[in-house]
Amino acid sequence: MSTIGTGYDLSASQFSPDGRVFQIDYASKAVEKSGTVIGLRGKDSVVLAVEKIITSKLYEADAAGRIFTIEKNIGMAVAGLTADGNFVADIARQEAANFRQQFAHTIPLKHLCDRVSAYVHAYTLYSAVRPFGLSILLASWDEVDGPQLFKIEPSGSSFGYYACASGKAKQQAKTEMEKYKFTDMATEELVKSAGKIIYQVHDDLKDKEFRYEMGLVGKDTNGLHCINPEPWLTSAVKAGHDAKNEEDSDNDI
Amino acid sequence: MSFLSIDHFSDYKVHGAQRPDFSPYESNGGSIVAIAGDDFAVIAADTRLSSGYSIHSRTQTKLFQLSPLTVLGSTGCWCDTLSLTSLMRVRMQMYEHTHLRTMTTDAVAQMLSITMYNRRFFPYYVSNILAGIDKNGKGVVFSYDPIGHCENAKCRAGGTAGPLLQPVLDNQIQLKNMNLDEKDKPILTKERAVSVASDTFISAAERDIYTGDFVEIKIITKDGIESMTINLRKD
Amino acid sequence: MFNNGIVQPLWYNGPSPGQFYNFPGYANNGNMKQCHETNNSDSTRSTAMITTGSSVLGIKFDQGVLIAADTLVSYGSLSRFQNIDRIFKINDNIIMGGGGDFADIQSIMRSIDQKMIEDQCYADNIAMRPKALATWMTRVLYNRRSRMNPLFIDVVIGGIDENNEPYLANVDLRGRAFSDYVVSTGFARHLALPLVREKKPADRDFTLEEASELIRQCMEVLYYRDTKNSSQYTVGVCKVKDSTSNQCDVEGPFQVDEKWSFAKMVKGY
Repeated sequence: MSTIGTGYDLSASQFSPDGRVFQIDYASKAVEKSGTVIGLRGKDSVVLAVEKIITSKLYEADAAGRIFTIEKNIGMAVAGLTADGNFVADIARQEAANFRQQFAHTIPLKHLCDRVSAYVHAYTLYSAVRPFGLSILLASWDEVDGPQLFKIEPSGSSFGYYACASGKAKQQAKTEMEKYKFTDMATEELVKSAGKIIYQVHDDLKDKEFRYEMGLVGKDTNGLHCINPEPWLTSAVKAGHDAKNEEDSDNDI
Repeated sequence: MSFLSIDHFSDYKVHGAQRPDFSPYESNGGSIVAIAGDDFAVIAADTRLSSGYSIHSRTQTKLFQLSPLTVLGSTGCWCDTLSLTSLMRVRMQMYEHTHLRTMTTDAVAQMLSITMYNRRFFPYYVSNILAGIDKNGKGVVFSYDPIGHCENAKCRAGGTAGPLLQPVLDNQIQLKNMNLDEKDKPILTKERAVSVASDTFISAAERDIYTGDFVEIKIITKDGIESMTINLRKD
Repeated sequence: MFNNGIVQPLWYNGPSPGQFYNFPGYANNGNMKQCHETNNSDSTRSTAMITTGSSVLGIKFDQGVLIAADTLVSYGSLSRFQNIDRIFKINDNIIMGGGGDFADIQSIMRSIDQKMIEDQCYADNIAMRPKALATWMTRVLYNRRSRMNPLFIDVVIGGIDENNEPYLANVDLRGRAFSDYVVSTGFARHLALPLVREKKPADRDFTLEEASELIRQCMEVLYYRDTKNSSQYTVGVCKVKDSTSNQCDVEGPFQVDEKWSFAKMVKGY
């Protein structure tokens, strides 16, 4: 990507001669600066995990949360601008509420993902708006469809995943993920893997402190999306710490 | 529409479907008595909530303490009472935030009148009596009609047994038709006010089916509000 | 009278000169609108109950509440739907029983369910309490009655309040609300309420055993005496689990213990 858009980067409604919309590329840049977020789809559950970088000690521990509950059984995690995240979470909630009002049923995640993608995409078409600086992970579990995981990019494109990552350490996280086989994993193992990956990819030279945050939905949570649920949070954090310590002692030798 | 209405197909009418002629109002009964003394005010209300021959609750207070010096007694259509009193509370809180002081009883009395008149053409179906201590430290009683007419009074009875009790109060408190010499006139003490109020309720409970169970009496002085409850007939 | 150059009506919401005032929902000829009758603004509204649920009975005990209702939804005098649960679990703190027009009950339940999802989206571990729901219901129902377009429902709301005390209240179609140790709607008001009040000890609350026995007896009486009652009923139970959490469940369906052996003795009809 060229460093300067040479005049084609001022508007989201204009292509550059080589076929890019620079505003979307810049939005992706905003995502790459954000703390890592991952989503893992297991046997009977999906976990969303976030490396929430603490920019000031003056914040309360739960400030600027990046995991949201959208519906009873739908969770959402974002990488990118937190304010954009709050806004899109609200849009997603309205979509879910609207679907429930019409059909007396929880919105299927595929459907919600399509609706939110279309919304995000609309913000890449007009000169008066900017795209959302967001990578959006959507997770759900229900008896019919089982675990589901989707990711929406700033461009508005979306895909279903077995495991996905966004943010600073996206590449590292993806490399780590390839070492596991999540599809048959039970909740406990899945949650520990999420803890391990986030703690391993965290760069404590560049960013000193972070808070591990987690969203979980699955059979074991009675089909409800829970944010930082116990005992899973504790075991994830413990697994993360252990992995980190092991790594450090390896380095010592 | 007119030639395809259900009335032209009487065989297809939903048999037994109920068509209640909806009335927004309902009388839920209850009585209030308030007496203003020199430096105190007494207000009493029964605690029966009913409609028709059903008693919904025997322990529903109808006295609303709006401020440390003001108590509102409200009976009639209970849903209107709930709406009116919660609206009064909201407006009094707004006054407190704007002016950084609690509303005086006189101000509450005026505001209640305006709040009621705002619904001139769809009135709150309630009988209100406001008792408290005014800005000069004197006991005051205000009575209202359902559309907001406000009147300062020495003693007032309202609610279902209001017409039954008012002449008794006139006689016992204002000493109407007593023909007493000035020296023989009893002084209106707190104790006398409370005993007249409780006596009127005991009598009202004998004759009015909507008054009974308990009477709650509040004695308002500048130092605070004292509360007591006396048993009434429960049939 | 001039306010920013706009003339304010002197007699806001009042009658025009020489005319009578019309209450909201009344046609201009002064008659109350009948079912499906059009008024001048060409809008129609229903003032009829179609499918109806009968009694609901709620009893408070020392550490919770019980709310019971039969599973019948009638269509006039026809027992149309015989297996419909009229007791709802709202969240871990609240249960609700609904009587009156069942379409209106379903409508209000949709709104409540959505409220609970919103509550959950806050992810703050604070769940709504029964008093808040009851107060919200009074506002909804009062506004509807004031627009002369009421929801024809009579509900019993119970649960555990923020001080971990049991709470039980009734809200009717006009928004009239009150709280007591026993509340009921429909025929239970006449048939069950006196039975429960008679058994109430003056110095203490009911126990769970006493309350559930009373529910059993009352549902039996209602089945025998109310023609729009079925022998099957469900009971909502909400009780304090520990200092931080409560438990709500809808139990049943239970069956009234029918005894018809006396029937052959009845003569003279």
